[in-house]
Amino acid sequence: MTATLIIARHVLQESVRRRVFVVVLVLTLAFLGLFTLATVEAFKAQTPFGGGGTFSPHAITAVTLFGLGVFSALFLATVLAVFLTLGAVRGDAERGLLQPLVVRPLGRREFLLGRFVGAGAVCIGYIVILYAVVVLIVHQAGGRWPDHVFGPGLALAGAITILVALSLLGSVFMSATANGIAMFMLYGAGLVAGLLASIGAALGVHSVQTIAHDIAIALPFEGLYQAALHALGSNQTGLTQVLVNLGPFGSSHPNSVAFDVWAAFYLAVVALLATVGFERRDL
Amino acid sequence: MAADDRSEGAGQGLLDRPEPTEPAALLATGLGKRYGSVVALDGVGLSVRPGELVGLVGANGAGKSTLVKIACGLVRPTSGTATIYGHPAGSREARQKLGYLAELFRFPGWCTASEVLALHQRLAGSPGGTGERAELLELVDLSDVANRRVEGMSKGMQQRLGIAQALVGEPKLLLLDEPTSALDPAGRRAIRGLLLQLRERGIAVLLNSHLLGEVERVCDRVVILARGRVAADGRPDELTHAGGVEIQTGDGVRRFPQASREDVPRIVGELVARGVDIYEVTVVRSTLEDAYLEAVDSS
Repeated sequence: MTATLIIARHVLQESVRRRVFVVVLVLTLAFLGLFTLATVEAFKAQTPFGGGGTFSPHAITAVTLFGLGVFSALFLATVLAVFLTLGAVRGDAERGLLQPLVVRPLGRREFLLGRFVGAGAVCIGYIVILYAVVVLIVHQAGGRWPDHVFGPGLALAGAITILVALSLLGSVFMSATANGIAMFMLYGAGLVAGLLASIGAALGVHSVQTIAHDIAIALPFEGLYQAALHALGSNQTGLTQVLVNLGPFGSSHPNSVAFDVWAAFYLAVVALLATVGFERRDL
Repeated sequence: MAADDRSEGAGQGLLDRPEPTEPAALLATGLGKRYGSVVALDGVGLSVRPGELVGLVGANGAGKSTLVKIACGLVRPTSGTATIYGHPAGSREARQKLGYLAELFRFPGWCTASEVLALHQRLAGSPGGTGERAELLELVDLSDVANRRVEGMSKGMQQRLGIAQALVGEPKLLLLDEPTSALDPAGRRAIRGLLLQLRERGIAVLLNSHLLGEVERVCDRVVILARGRVAADGRPDELTHAGGVEIQTGDGVRRFPQASREDVPRIVGELVARGVDIYEVTVVRSTLEDAYLEAVDSS
């Protein structure tokens, strides 16, 4: 365990020294500035339309903005996760950074776990803080909270944990460039699946929903992201719910214990594959 | 012949010592490694005794780096076994006993020299602290750049830092893969001195190098690898042999290729009797390079 913490600390130290945190902070502040501006303007703009019955433009605006925040948080955290891990094994081995470390008494398993803990801590911390700030901005501008405040944050933390693990697994078998490309393609595939699910639900096309569901099973980070979106406006009903779901940040995929268990199992399998692959790899 | 840097008696001393009770620092038995259809090692047998300095030479692709990587657990053998002080290569116990300098290595550019050593101290479980770091940096002449980032160091400085890193935690076996490749002549000389110091401290060293002169100067024993097999194994003076006598006369250099050291008085006597002026007599021995080329050709 000590060796794992030494490597995790090394990852964090690297992030500080390479000014990863400074760059991330500056760009995130720029994003939050734009988000705040957009949020204020959006709430101003929807006022004249009014509403009534099960149709609440204010709720649609709020849930959509929450959804935009969740999407952006996951996207930015994914960029961070991929760049922190894309060359962790094969990339670093090709550059000669890995060999001096893994001949030390720490095992390869501990090394990989250390990289996972280090990158995971950075990404989880980042996504949770960013989600919280987004929620506060929307609340300040529109006076609304998400229908579930903590659930989406947890789902996002789970999603980014799986992405970190997948990127580490990819780094065992692929070069840094190939792994980076593969990760962003997986992430994109997940987004497309989410959109497919929304379209399928809105149009009542069962086959499209099934395909999207299968992709969410294969890529649980997408399922958790959809669950986060769903939880943001899960109490909405009627036309409001339909319009939210038709939007780019709608979701018809509620969270379930069974899916959480599957996500945890998936994470364990990814970790096992990465460990076995790394231990068998010639360096 | 190249000047001999080995301490007096070191060349023959080790092999004359009684058999040590301690297990071999490195023992490879029938070691084989295939990369697909390419055979990198083909039944290599090799031992390095505690305190012995063994040179490993061979052409590019002969299997030297693969052998070293198997010894430190970076590569898994296809067949055969390798042990470090009796422990299977790659095991935690084996890795606790060795220091390794890879042929191609890098340290994170954002780390200072001192931080690199501190990281390796933590990973090796070395209790040496700042004292050990200062001593190692002094040993490789980097004391004045202890707080300089690696990215600001020359290649030679990084190479010396690599050697210091390999010595963290007082390893009992040092595996050095081309340790002097990026060093200038003064740096190489310093490393040769360092290797001799290490041997005096009882540390076994396997030195993988293309620089045959360097290997010949410092190593107790030399193993020549060719096409994944051991082509020759012995002390430098066993691998080299007499190469005749050269006599510089007033008429130029005269060579007697079949003559030996014992023939010198007779040859000189005959030349002097014939009125030839003699200025210098050299008993020629073949070099390790000659032995290496012979071994590689015959394999």
